[in-house]
Amino acid sequence: MTQPLATAEDVRRIVLEALGDIAPDADLAHLDPKADLREATDIDSMDFLNLVSALHRRLGVVVPEADYPQLATLAGMEAYLMARARP
Amino acid sequence: MGLFRMPSLGADMEAGTLVEWLKRPGDAIRRGDIVAVVETQKGAIEVETFEDGVIERLLVAPGTTVPVGTPLATLAGEEAAVATMTPAMVPVLEIAAAPAASPPQPPAGAPTLASPAARRLAAERGIELAGLAGSGPGGAVRLADVERAAPRRAAGIDLADMRRAITAAMARSKREIPHYYLGSTIDLTNATAWLARTNADRAPEERLLLAALELKAVALALRRHPRFNGHNVDGDFRPGAGIHVGAAVAIRGGGLAAPAIRDTDTLGLDDLMARLRDLVGRTRAGHLRSSELGDATITVTSLGERGVDSVFGVIYPPQVAIVGFGRPVERPWAVSGRVELRTVVTATLAADHRVSDGHAGALFLAEIDRLLQEPDSL
Repeated sequence: MTQPLATAEDVRRIVLEALGDIAPDADLAHLDPKADLREATDIDSMDFLNLVSALHRRLGVVVPEADYPQLATLAGMEAYLMARARP
Repeated sequence: MGLFRMPSLGADMEAGTLVEWLKRPGDAIRRGDIVAVVETQKGAIEVETFEDGVIERLLVAPGTTVPVGTPLATLAGEEAAVATMTPAMVPVLEIAAAPAASPPQPPAGAPTLASPAARRLAAERGIELAGLAGSGPGGAVRLADVERAAPRRAAGIDLADMRRAITAAMARSKREIPHYYLGSTIDLTNATAWLARTNADRAPEERLLLAALELKAVALALRRHPRFNGHNVDGDFRPGAGIHVGAAVAIRGGGLAAPAIRDTDTLGLDDLMARLRDLVGRTRAGHLRSSELGDATITVTSLGERGVDSVFGVIYPPQVAIVGFGRPVERPWAVSGRVELRTVVTATLAADHRVSDGHAGALFLAEIDRLLQEPDSL
């Protein structure tokens, strides 16, 4: 029996929550979905690892390092997670 | 009888403010236990004890600013024990964080429902219950709601204060320390390939960052090059008792701290990575421990994947060296008579000329290079 995939809203909410924990001062409401996420939110490699860890915990999605380039933008991250996350 | 004193958490600290007692009279403490929280220019620091014993009397109340070295509490030997216990002198004080940004309005005139624990905590933290959204039955405010509104953590780091601390330390460094600077390009292809292989099977929580390899390589290189590990006190070089590498951590919004990872050279990469992760998180939350601030014997600054090719650091007094790693980049590189695409990084050393010379510094950098070629042995 397959569960339905997570909705776009679920994924977006979880991504923004995780980002907000890491970059509390970033203006996430006006984040350009196509912009380089690490530039836009000023997060370093430790922050990014914490973000990927949070996505693993909350969505059960393990993002291999080789796939990091697909998570370079908010839009890319949401598309990647949508295709793999279960609610 | 012993005394628990206001610690010196850096060369430029003159005084600190006691924020919170985490132990009470009668509590047994062991070396390494966190006894109190002290507010400094580097945020709220958890202060550990270096003695075993029993807290006898608390001498300083929360909110008081006292000079470094002032006794904060008296300690009795363990035998003295509970007889000296007095009613807690001061209730544990919490630092009130900023209140929730836009509290929902309660219905006009309605009394606020709240659990006794929530009321107590809200009073301690100076929060209006009426301003909180309750998640309990009938909208009652529960303990968790208060926790959310004012998380128990440092009020954060006062960035203006931290800037003053950085200014004082760096101005002193530039005034007193005759720096010399060296740079060397290190081929990281082996190290990054090893890292990719190691991380491939790991959940994100278990992954390593290049920074952990860099820190470990520096720590191991210091075993052979002890002139770069220690403190220069009044012109006398005092070698470090251990290799405690300070990891420079940038703080969002500006600011910097370089807390020490004790005995970095003895830690396996997984332990080192866990320590680093914990340390970065606590530095940014303004939650460091006293032993992490005072006793770094060298500093490593790593600018990571974004940023610049090289960084020439300013030595943090009384240390005698700082190693910098720039951004790893792919470059055409000559390897065994052929040009290949390799990942390289510029490693730099700024060191104190009163203690060492460029030749010794070059050997130290070469040793770091050699170690990074054999990531398996780190």
